[in-house]
Amino acid sequence: MATSTVWVSIFLFALVLLAFAPIMTWVERKQSALMQDRIGANRASILGFKALGLIHPLADVIKMITKEDTIPTGAHRFLHLVSPFIAVAPAIISFAVIPYGGTYEMWGAHISLCVADLDYGVLFVFAIGSIATYGSMLAGWAGNNNFGMLGSIRVSAQMISYEVALGITVVGLFMIFGTLRLTDLGVMQQETFRLFGFLEHFGWVAADANWIDWITIPMWGIVLQPLPFFMFLTALMAENKRAPFDTPEGESEIVAGYFIEYSGMKFGLYMMGEWIEVVVIAALLTAMFLGGWSLPWVREADMIAAWTPALGENMANLAAMLLAVHVFLIKVIVLIWFQMLIRWSMPRFRYDQVMNLGWKILLPLSLANIVVTALGILFVQGVTS
Amino acid sequence: MRTALFWIFSLAAVASALGVVGNLRSPINSALSLVVSMLALAGLYVLLEAQFVGLIQVMVYAGAIVVLFLFVIMLLNLRGSGASGAESQPIVKALGALVVVAATLWLARTLSSGRAPWPDVEQGFGTTRAIGEALYTDYVLSVQVAGVLLLAGIVAAVVLAKKKID
Repeated sequence: MATSTVWVSIFLFALVLLAFAPIMTWVERKQSALMQDRIGANRASILGFKALGLIHPLADVIKMITKEDTIPTGAHRFLHLVSPFIAVAPAIISFAVIPYGGTYEMWGAHISLCVADLDYGVLFVFAIGSIATYGSMLAGWAGNNNFGMLGSIRVSAQMISYEVALGITVVGLFMIFGTLRLTDLGVMQQETFRLFGFLEHFGWVAADANWIDWITIPMWGIVLQPLPFFMFLTALMAENKRAPFDTPEGESEIVAGYFIEYSGMKFGLYMMGEWIEVVVIAALLTAMFLGGWSLPWVREADMIAAWTPALGENMANLAAMLLAVHVFLIKVIVLIWFQMLIRWSMPRFRYDQVMNLGWKILLPLSLANIVVTALGILFVQGVTS
Repeated sequence: MRTALFWIFSLAAVASALGVVGNLRSPINSALSLVVSMLALAGLYVLLEAQFVGLIQVMVYAGAIVVLFLFVIMLLNLRGSGASGAESQPIVKALGALVVVAATLWLARTLSSGRAPWPDVEQGFGTTRAIGEALYTDYVLSVQVAGVLLLAGIVAAVVLAKKKID
């Protein structure tokens, strides 16, 4: 990839990221208000201009930055300082491998809408995410607070438990597509398959029946692996430690858990990390299970080819790129909404319920899924060959 | 660029490895030094075009195993307990120092004998596909043996845990 196009993708990526994180505070407030029959954030105003409460994120930031930054006595000063950064940085870095569009040729430039198109893209997200554990774990320990300590122990147990399930749930998807590269996954999910194609193979329908050619299903991850989609979402939400998996924070038992000793913007960084992770989860699920940046039943290459006579090659590519980014964003927004819906509908799980869900339900189910998927692949290979 | 990165990563690895054993004040600091060492090693693997191994290093060692170490340290609340037992065993100490010095000298001699150039690898080396193919064709027996070993470990863990519950 040429240097100039790297800048293009980094610019778009930073734009999306910086726009999303503060707005998430507003989204969460408004959605929880809607769900609880309240009005929600609507008081902050600049010269009487309220913009549906969208000024609240700005007010929040000003409050966080101007608050006193306390360091408790007996705290490990260095770790207390760096923990919030360890918690936030991985969430931001994981965006690097998520593609929000394909590759486009326009005006002699080759533009790839993925900052780092790595061969092991999904593993990169998992590896970086596993580092985030330290941010939460050390926070509770460094603050020299017993409640924080309990929070740390819960965080580490929960995150390790769900990392196991997290990796194994998606093995089935990789078995089907045969790649870990997220851009390849995006391209492969543009294909379709004939839902009743197997009838033809067994000779159960007339050979000239063309209706089976019409009923096609896009090869989206969620279609091929419906159960793992929800298991993966569950595991990711548990990794993010938001309700219903927020036992490490557990206000009613351990006050605020691992970030109890943080104030001001350091506390804000933990909140920001959580919200950025909500976006990362949505983007990752979109790229892996919801067809990435493409519309269902539409191959992007075909679309560009169809538009080229009318628009010219450059404009067709540009239009396809803009469409891809918007499709991706809409899918991400829907998944963010879905996560917020879960977060505000479910009460906090008890600690033993969290552990049971991880080890006794998600892990066996995901292992069984590997076997079932393998049998399915064998069946499909037998039918198509 | 590559050489500069090599020096950065290797210095970090060695310094943090010394930090693991040299830090007597707090076991948490030792564990964190171990994390830095693991991450630096992962960087070295990536420099050697073994990206997959580097990533697994981060995921498994830095991201899971040392987290478990930290979990145990926190659970037992080993806060600043200092070096325990080592003071009373001068023979063990001397022996350890001797081994370290000998190993360092041997390493230095081996390394100074010749400077290895950066390896030239073929296209696709170190990718997930290449590793998968190697594991399931040439080394399939080793994979199976490792799998059985891990299964034995899991069963043993269950047996040990059950004994405590009963």
